[in-house]
Amino acid sequence: MSQKEDQGKLTQRADEFLQIFKKGAEFTQELMRENEKLRFQLVQMEEQNRLASCAAQALQEVENLKSQVAELEQEKMEIMQRIARVEAENIDFANRYVEIEGENNSLANLYIATYQLHSTLDFREVLQIISEIIINLIGGEEFALFLLDENTASLQAMVGEGVEIDQLPVCPVGEGTLGTVASTGESFYATTLDDVSSAYDAPLACIPLKIKDRVIGVLAVYKLFLQKKRFADIDYELFTLLAGHAATAIFASKLYSESERKLTTIQGFLDLLTK
Amino acid sequence: MSGHKILVVEDSAIMRQLLVMSLRRMPGVTVLEASDGLEALKLIANENLSLVFSDVNMPGLDGLKLVRMLRADHRTRNIPIVMVTTEGSAEDRDRAMALGATEYITKPVQAAKVVDTATRLLGL
Repeated sequence: MSQKEDQGKLTQRADEFLQIFKKGAEFTQELMRENEKLRFQLVQMEEQNRLASCAAQALQEVENLKSQVAELEQEKMEIMQRIARVEAENIDFANRYVEIEGENNSLANLYIATYQLHSTLDFREVLQIISEIIINLIGGEEFALFLLDENTASLQAMVGEGVEIDQLPVCPVGEGTLGTVASTGESFYATTLDDVSSAYDAPLACIPLKIKDRVIGVLAVYKLFLQKKRFADIDYELFTLLAGHAATAIFASKLYSESERKLTTIQGFLDLLTK
Repeated sequence: MSGHKILVVEDSAIMRQLLVMSLRRMPGVTVLEASDGLEALKLIANENLSLVFSDVNMPGLDGLKLVRMLRADHRTRNIPIVMVTTEGSAEDRDRAMALGATEYITKPVQAAKVVDTATRLLGL
């Protein structure tokens, strides 16, 4: 009986042990599953951590890039402003170049006109040069140059182009456009160049030829060439130049011709006396 | 831009001086002058010219006759000729161009226009 009881107790204890062992096994498995879960969670967290770190780095990178973009935008603005300034300077230089070219052209014309006017002391040549200046540099097609006869106080045509000099009347000083220009010493310019008149006293421009305040003649321009529609700035400068330099050239050449003539006469007398 | 010889044929001393002064501003260009067509022909016979600027109305041999003669001669047929004249009508221009002028400039001329024309015709 006691042996049976012992056997029963042993069996019971073995069952209990088996139960405990099973529970232990189950618990161990449970622990392993839990461990697996935790390891998975750890991996997930590590990944999240890594991603968070990357995101922070990316954010920092974005901030850096934003800063660089702002700097580049600033640089771009500055460059654009510099380009605008350089372009404005270029336009200014181009305008100044055109202006200087124009001034060069004007100076060349004025230089040539002055040079030629004073290149001779021959009265006829001086008149010819004045005509050439009006034709070639101003573009006058019809014009006449009148000289003052101080004895009769009248203007007499000496040379011209496109007009019959012999048929131009003598113009008294103080009368009409030409006479008024001669008496006042002030230049006359027609208000419009469209109405070309054939009347000798209706010029497009009339310039007094003056030595200081003394008028020795007038220049009257009646018509411009077909291609010349209006007076340019340089034309007014040439008229001003002619007013002074043509007058002195005419006066000097007349004086020279007279002195030459007198010298020839005196030389003739001397030859007569010495031979 | 060297070795180009340009001949200016013009009876007016003023106009000739203006053209010569304008053209001499071009680097590497030699400018020769003649006061009429006959003098121009003598120069052309002895010089290797690249370009001719010629007035139309001149004593002796005028500009149009000069163009005709240069175009008739195989040695000078291809030299560009620029007429510089006071005659501004379309008929005058057409006549000159028909005879063989390359360009037609009316007076009064601007130095810049002369230089521009020469530069273009010489291919500079």
